[in-house]
Amino acid sequence: MFKILQKALATGIATVAYPDVPAVVSPHFRGRPEFDFASWRDARPAAEVCPTGAILVGQALSPANRRVTVDYGLCVFCGQCADVSPDGAVRVTTEFELATHNRARLIRAADYSLNADGTHQRLIAEYEAEATAEEAGGKVSEAIRNTLGRSLAIRQVDAGSCNGCEMEIVALNNPIHDIERFGIQFVASPRHADMLLVTGPVTRNMELALQKTYAATPDPKVIVAVGACGISGGIFGTNYASRGGVDATIPVDVYIPGCPPRPEALLYGILLAVGRLAEKVR
Amino acid sequence: MGRTPSSARDPLVALLLGKLNMDLFEELRDKFPLLVSAAQAPPQVSHNQVSIALRGPDVRPLAEHLQSAYQSRLVAVFAEDRVAAESVFYNYYVFEQPAEPCYLILQAPIAADQPRFPSLAAGLPAVNWQEREIQDWFGLEATGHPNPRRVALHDNWPDVHPLRKSFPLRQVLPPFEGERHVYRPTLGEGVFQIPVGPVHAGIIEPGHFNFAVAGEPILYLQLRMFYTHKGTEKLFEDMPIHRAVFLAESISGDSAFSHGTAFCQAIENASDTEVPQRARVMRTILLELERVCNHIGDIGAISTDVGFMVANAHASRLREMVVRLNEGLTGSRWLRGMVCVGGVRRTWSSAQRDLLRDTVNQVEREFDSLVALVQSSDSTRDRLEQTGILLPETAKVLGIVGVAGRASGVDLDVRRDHPYAAYERYPFQVPVYRAGDVLHRMLVRVDEVKQSFAILRAAADDLPEGPHCAPLQPVPPGRCALSAVEGWRGEILHWVRTADNNRLERCKIKDPSVNNWAAIVEAVQGNIVADFPVINKSFNLSYSGTDR
Ligand code: SF4
Repeated sequence: MFKILQKALATGIATVAYPDVPAVVSPHFRGRPEFDFASWRDARPAAEVCPTGAILVGQALSPANRRVTVDYGLCVFCGQCADVSPDGAVRVTTEFELATHNRARLIRAADYSLNADGTHQRLIAEYEAEATAEEAGGKVSEAIRNTLGRSLAIRQVDAGSCNGCEMEIVALNNPIHDIERFGIQFVASPRHADMLLVTGPVTRNMELALQKTYAATPDPKVIVAVGACGISGGIFGTNYASRGGVDATIPVDVYIPGCPPRPEALLYGILLAVGRLAEKVR
Repeated sequence: MGRTPSSARDPLVALLLGKLNMDLFEELRDKFPLLVSAAQAPPQVSHNQVSIALRGPDVRPLAEHLQSAYQSRLVAVFAEDRVAAESVFYNYYVFEQPAEPCYLILQAPIAADQPRFPSLAAGLPAVNWQEREIQDWFGLEATGHPNPRRVALHDNWPDVHPLRKSFPLRQVLPPFEGERHVYRPTLGEGVFQIPVGPVHAGIIEPGHFNFAVAGEPILYLQLRMFYTHKGTEKLFEDMPIHRAVFLAESISGDSAFSHGTAFCQAIENASDTEVPQRARVMRTILLELERVCNHIGDIGAISTDVGFMVANAHASRLREMVVRLNEGLTGSRWLRGMVCVGGVRRTWSSAQRDLLRDTVNQVEREFDSLVALVQSSDSTRDRLEQTGILLPETAKVLGIVGVAGRASGVDLDVRRDHPYAAYERYPFQVPVYRAGDVLHRMLVRVDEVKQSFAILRAAADDLPEGPHCAPLQPVPPGRCALSAVEGWRGEILHWVRTADNNRLERCKIKDPSVNNWAAIVEAVQGNIVADFPVINKSFNLSYSGTDR
């Protein structure tokens, strides 16, 4: 007993103060890739190397035009798009606060007119789903904020993941991230839960279990889809064994990109879902 | 403590190897003229593996002979659909011999119009699930299998065989309306069934456990896995190799680097790519960091499951130190996006090398103090000792590998037995115990973490200059290659057949968990239900790696 106390005293406080102070992130960490659509000369090499199809070079709108889309809901933050875009138009940042209420806000698109060799001649237009004032101000209803805002019980559901997201969710409970400092705890049954934190892709074999878990969770409830696979099916997509993202099976309130999302990214998304943070607008 | 690593790349050894396997091949051909195809001689020797083509699907006499005369171990069994090209399916049987770095692969053809093969499972329970997986995924019947029920596709699935080439990857199957799995009934007065899962109480992967209990003690346990089956092996056939590396990293997220490396090595073997020495050393370092990180996590989790939360708090703090180091070295806390065919994607600055050295030293100091803390608690030891025993004889028969095997007398470690990356350069010991309880599965981890620190330090000092990746080349089609990695759980196997345009015809993945579930079923018998979590945790198998 004495030894245990002695070790605790010697260790001191290990918990970080995120989100009150910024997260400690290595400069090597690969967060959101940023696309400067105006100066991007050619999206094809990036689309070619992108492992999940997060960058799509669409069919030409007309022979001389093309639309390029980028979906952060599919991105696994590998950084290869930046490696093959030497013009500097694609840059890997260390941003990870990407969670959103609105799936469409994870998608960017740009239309280009093309040169004869297929490279971009000129940016015609750039598209991004606008955050509504509601979203920017924290979209959740008063009911959710009042009922769940101060004390939140989460049931985690692995609906088919590779266990990567689970490791980061487990890390939320370690002394460094210590999610209980927010009055948030993980519970053993959906019947005790206010929030389902769901990882994917949702497999055919977990579809029914997920539906039943959803039904067993009392209202009001909040559903959060975690990781590229939870949002969109990720690298697995949809196939004979996979239904893809969580929202193909149950309704989703908040999406947290990442592969896997780091603990601070998860925390950001969870706090966002219960109205304790406002969505970042870039 | 076991044997020291031997070199397979030493030219003299390679020559002897070829000779040894030539002799073995000739012996097999003379002994079993009806089975071994003489026409296709000589056997193909490449990169630590020898393949011998057989005439038909019956490998039983050969398997028995290899076991009795050479103490061979059947490492894996898997199938391939070659109907379009050769009008046959193939079953592959991968064997290893003690002290022999070369794997032996028997390739057994199965005629498309006679889709069945004689089962080995009755005498070799280690292949029980693997043969049933072949039944489910390829529609090849394992005749004489003692328990031929479905395993990899659940009972309510329609009658489909998704790994046949004729089955489209993205086929949308109708809602499953077949009969659900029927568990063995629990009979007797006071005997109850406790069904658990697939959604569990903790933050873990899904699976179903069905316990039969008489009061507190567990009579037997029935398992249903494959809840996270995502069509992964089929998906490998649908993407170019450079994307498939990322799929390999998602087979089991806690072993992203090990699976990624196993996959890249298979492609490198298939394409005769020489990985530069710097990359080999970097891979070795990252493989050991993955081991350290997961073993420390398990030591903490085992402590939690017997109520010693403080130890887990320290362990998870240490684990966090390691994942932060991972991030500083690879940009990813779980080592993703770093390994690539030919080496690694990024090199390290001298600052990163210093970070590695400093963190390893710091974690090592803290680790010693963590181990002292865990060992200071008699009540913890009480709960771990004699709990969840897997006897050495049982472990051997069931083909248990990795940490679980080494705690029960199975002296196997791919790093030593079939060296890869740069493991030949760094001496290390393989801890082996025979007690087979939870305590010893934890002690294997403790010993291995200490060995890893030594490897990490030696490798960090040794890190050679030079390129970190071989120049990119097209991968020739029609090549088959095997690769093995000792992940932190145990032996990971990848086998590929390459196709045109830098794609794959087939990719077989074998995670150590596939064999090791049978160990849990054995180990829990007679233990109380309350000890199940800690027994399960002491194996800590991958559901996603099993289900794919
Ligand atoms: S960082 Fe994201 S968008 Fe860029 S290549 Fe990787 S997965 Fe695709």
